[in-house]
Amino acid sequence: MGNEPIIEVKNLTKTFNDFVAVDSISFDVRKGEIFGLLGPNGAGKTTTLRMLSTLARPTKGTATIGGYDIVENDTEVRKLVGIVSEKMIMYNRLTARENLWFFGSLFNIPKKVLTKRIDELLELVQLTKWKNAQVGRFSTGMRQRMNVIRALLNMPRVLFLDEPTLGLDPQSSVEIRDFIIKLNQENDTTIIITTHMMVEADLLCDRIGIMDHAKIVALDTSTNLKKMISGADTTILKLEIGNLSPNIIEAIRTCKCTDAVSQENSTHLRIIAHGDEAFDSVVDAVRAKNGKINSMENLQPTLEDVFLHITGHQVRDSVEQKVPMEPHGPSAQQKRRIR
Amino acid sequence: MSNVGAKTLLSHSFRIAWKDTMELFRNKMMLVMLILMPLFMMVMVGFIYSSDTSMSNVPIALVNQDSGYGNSTVASQTFTTVLQQINNSTGMMKLSNVSSVDEIKTLVKNGEIDGGIVIPSNFTESILTGQQGTIIIITDQSNPQMSSTIQSALKSVFDQMGTMLAQQNVMGLNSSVNYSNSLAIVKPYTVTTEGIVEGNSTYFDFIAPGIIAMTVMMSVMTGLPAAISQEKEVGTLDGMMAAPINRLSVILGKTLAQTARGLLQGVIILVLAVGLFGVTIHGSVLLVFGLLLLGVFSFVGLGIVLTSFAKDQETAMMLMMTLMFPMMFLSGVFFPIQQMPWYMQGISKFLPLTYASQALRKVMVLGADIPAISTELTILIVFGIVMIAIAVPVFRRMMTR
Repeated sequence: MGNEPIIEVKNLTKTFNDFVAVDSISFDVRKGEIFGLLGPNGAGKTTTLRMLSTLARPTKGTATIGGYDIVENDTEVRKLVGIVSEKMIMYNRLTARENLWFFGSLFNIPKKVLTKRIDELLELVQLTKWKNAQVGRFSTGMRQRMNVIRALLNMPRVLFLDEPTLGLDPQSSVEIRDFIIKLNQENDTTIIITTHMMVEADLLCDRIGIMDHAKIVALDTSTNLKKMISGADTTILKLEIGNLSPNIIEAIRTCKCTDAVSQENSTHLRIIAHGDEAFDSVVDAVRAKNGKINSMENLQPTLEDVFLHITGHQVRDSVEQKVPMEPHGPSAQQKRRIR
Repeated sequence: MSNVGAKTLLSHSFRIAWKDTMELFRNKMMLVMLILMPLFMMVMVGFIYSSDTSMSNVPIALVNQDSGYGNSTVASQTFTTVLQQINNSTGMMKLSNVSSVDEIKTLVKNGEIDGGIVIPSNFTESILTGQQGTIIIITDQSNPQMSSTIQSALKSVFDQMGTMLAQQNVMGLNSSVNYSNSLAIVKPYTVTTEGIVEGNSTYFDFIAPGIIAMTVMMSVMTGLPAAISQEKEVGTLDGMMAAPINRLSVILGKTLAQTARGLLQGVIILVLAVGLFGVTIHGSVLLVFGLLLLGVFSFVGLGIVLTSFAKDQETAMMLMMTLMFPMMFLSGVFFPIQQMPWYMQGISKFLPLTYASQALRKVMVLGADIPAISTELTILIVFGIVMIAIAVPVFRRMMTR
């Protein structure tokens, strides 16, 4: 992976009337890396991708792709990029080949080259057998594979993927992910992917930008992001409480040491807390409400915890002050606590 | 724009048009609708308005209360005979005999008949004693249109009978006058009408050009927003916009596809009009198609503006409905503009459809050539250019929102 940036984003902003969808974000993407934008729905990921792929015009700020400005040189940018949007871009009444042929012909690719490329792409995702069938009859998994190869017709240097595994069964998701990795490794395609699935971001991405409320709130490799919380005096607890009630959750939430609480199911809570007394305070809070603790686990941080940690903070105060950006090693205290 | 640019613009437009047409032809349901819609329109308008006499077999009851003069009821007998004779040739009424005025009223209320004719008791007496004979017509006021038609039809029957009677009277007064002379004395003036082209024209001749113009032009005005907003909603528009193409080729391609579709419908209507409803095209068929294309051109700009406003398919449909109805009625497709109040006539002057259907009517019905419709042509061209000049910048802005 080279270190030179292929995408440079500066203060990119998009507003719809009064609503700020993307609020002055800046980041670089290096040539050949898989870059993830992680965040909940409505965080501004899709809008960012749409602006970078020239489908939407930024309200303020600039970005360049391969040195071309996304507004001034949009035609050049379009030649360089491919976009797999959340919606399936294909015409149901056309066959797989006709669809690819139509979109390919918009890129002025010579006929011979295009024919060969379509055959190769169909082969690559094992759709050759179905090339003359109308895509409306395809399964969701097949359609998503079509959706991905459509974006590859112009052999893009940069590929944008907007929630590429949304609504797919686990097997199809794995296929798409493997395909993305293969594309990145064999063709050196730079990939920018949005997802709200932490696991997916963790599996795929070299670096991850966490987006929330139109801003990028953290940006680093997955390992470094996790260090961000595990290194400080932060504890991640998984609690099983037999008689879990909103009262108990509220009691934990209002604990001085608690950073964030999320309920995983009817009996399990995931808690991010800090300080030496984290354990005791949480247990006391549960007991005070007559909660019955069935089991308690101390966990290794996942991206999910990072996200919860950051956004949990943000809900109450501003993120920037509280998130320790310097990674620390695991503390002795934390090790002692592990049962 | 450079030559190469124009060439790729056109090539992309054709690709998009090809794709749209392909989709349409694979959509069997749409295809059936495409043919059925004009067929329904034709059949309905055609059969409701096609015949010269607008009514037939209207049930009418007849009451003869004539008590006679002396022993003679000659006047009422003549009346019923002539009435039946005339009716046999026109087939307008289905006559039945009833016994009283009250019975007629009951039958009208029950909806079994649409009106009644009453011969009063002193009918023969009045005629034979040199007085005016009176006939009473009973009409159904709940259906004013029908009742006025019956009235005017019966009036013409009576008029004809009155003339016959007067002719006989004149002959009786002076034996040197023969039958045809007597007509000249009774009715010294007569009117015959003559058209510009041979043959009678029906309401259908009037309406067919209008419907054709409307169908073709609406396909662009409403089809364009519908097609583009649909692609926007499904997301496929992004696939086109992500390619390095001129934004205009999207609109151009869509317009091409919609025009082809509109023209296809226009041809179907034309064939139906000629084949089923006996419409004759007096002018050049080529000019008819030229006019239809010009109509499309004049509507493209309007279609693009609407597209820019229609954020989704639902809005597009609403816009289409709201605009289509006034257009249909105000541009003189179904009713002559002269029938409208002055302010509506004023509005209709701003609608390109008015001029398109007017020009098409002149060509199809009157066999007009290009000089004869130069005013309409000029207006359509100017309207088209102005609308496109407004539409293109609006569209460009909309596409890169």
